[in-house]
Amino acid sequence: MIELRDVYKQLGTRQILAGLTLTVPKGMNFVLMGPSGSGKSVTLRHVIGIMKPDQGTVTVDGQNVPAMDRAQLMALRKRMGYLFQNGALINWLTVADNVALPLREHSRLPKSELDDRVHQALRVVKLDHAAAQFPPSISGGMKLRAGLARALVTNPEYVLYDEPNAGLDPIISHEIHELIIEVRNRLGVTGLIVTHSRACATQCGDRIGILENGKLAVTGTVDEMVHSDHPLARAFLGGGAD
Amino acid sequence: MNPLAHIGHFLTTRVDGAGYVCDLLVRTLRNLPRLRRRTRFMLDTAFNAGVRSLPVTMVVAAFAGAILAMQTGIELRRFGDTTVLGTITALSMCREMGPFITGVILAATVGSSIAAELGTMQVSDEVAALEVMSVDPVDYLVLPRVVALAVMCPLLTVLSNLIGIYGGSVIAESNLGVSPTLYWLSAREALTSSGMLLPKEVYVGLLKSFLFGIAIATVSCAAGLRASGGALGVGLAVQTAVRNSVLLIIVLGFVVTWFFYFLAG
Repeated sequence: MIELRDVYKQLGTRQILAGLTLTVPKGMNFVLMGPSGSGKSVTLRHVIGIMKPDQGTVTVDGQNVPAMDRAQLMALRKRMGYLFQNGALINWLTVADNVALPLREHSRLPKSELDDRVHQALRVVKLDHAAAQFPPSISGGMKLRAGLARALVTNPEYVLYDEPNAGLDPIISHEIHELIIEVRNRLGVTGLIVTHSRACATQCGDRIGILENGKLAVTGTVDEMVHSDHPLARAFLGGGAD
Repeated sequence: MNPLAHIGHFLTTRVDGAGYVCDLLVRTLRNLPRLRRRTRFMLDTAFNAGVRSLPVTMVVAAFAGAILAMQTGIELRRFGDTTVLGTITALSMCREMGPFITGVILAATVGSSIAAELGTMQVSDEVAALEVMSVDPVDYLVLPRVVALAVMCPLLTVLSNLIGIYGGSVIAESNLGVSPTLYWLSAREALTSSGMLLPKEVYVGLLKSFLFGIAIATVSCAAGLRASGGALGVGLAVQTAVRNSVLLIIVLGFVVTWFFYFLAG
């Protein structure tokens, strides 16, 4: 379970998070929405320990992330996957080498087993045909899918998705949504999804929370949020959204 | 902002930057035992650094040697003694000019490219991606580059010295009337008279270039890893990397010369 309690974070002169409290139960996809600059990606970075809160606690399975030393953080991150907005693939490695990177760095798997794991991950995201290509030569959607394969190849318990369909057309977006749902249903992975997209939120989420002024303004199940009268819920999830 | 606050901010930023570079170097040295895992990438980087900077280093070294011989020769001719031209050119190239030229060219070509590469990775979240995969960016990105330049800078310096001395010999013969035999004999004698396997001028020069290689790579990696704010940030990182590398080359060059020729005798 991921838990943030009363988290505050200031960047420069801006107060990004101001008392954020949220809980993501195991096996669930929690969707975090909110206006641009409201601290959604900053929240993800606190969960994975790239950022530390000025105040408050961030725990994963009861372990306080900001208090972890480097070794503990590395152990935690091995149980987590992170999908960046643009995939964040290393440009000089092929798609397959990108996906293999966390395995090569942290396991002593024989080459044949490593290759099997990589190709299995690429098959899940329907990208096995592009294994030998380099990131600059593939589309944005393919980069995202490769990023997702890299996030899943270590069989993580948690995956953090940062704008998984930003800049993608509706068809590719739908494919990504199906993958996120499949990851939850088939692999039992807990997801924290940051998005602006109504379709992504309603299709992939079990619960939705909307950030405003550094804290959750409204939260509930997808059904509750879609029918909520809260102005932010209507703005982000009403019929006119997306 | 009042002037005092401005000065305070300027100093804080500089000290913070210097501290980051020192910390990065220490973390890189701590990761040295993991170099075997990065051998392939380190060799690629070393090869690229050599190939990228070799032609321009050779051209600049040849002209630097020629200019050195010309300027020195003009004065020596007034005293009627151009026989020591080979000695002076060889010693100056090995002790100072060779390492300096190579360092500056590596800073401009390889250092700038390292800063741009790592800066782009930083602003496009690739460095963050390494961190969330529990891959230490210092071990994965910085270590192979620092070792590659620490190896390549002395190698290029040796070539630079040879080409520079050769450039001087061309001028000595064609413009100053010094025979090539005399020029090369005096150059060889200057570099071997100590009877040591590596004469002081050569090993001090090579030590300098070894330190220059480490400094250029560390400063350039630091500039790239601290980049922020998209393309503009990457541009600033490149500017910072080249400026600080050249500054360090000059300061380190001075300190090493002072240490070996004045402090340690």
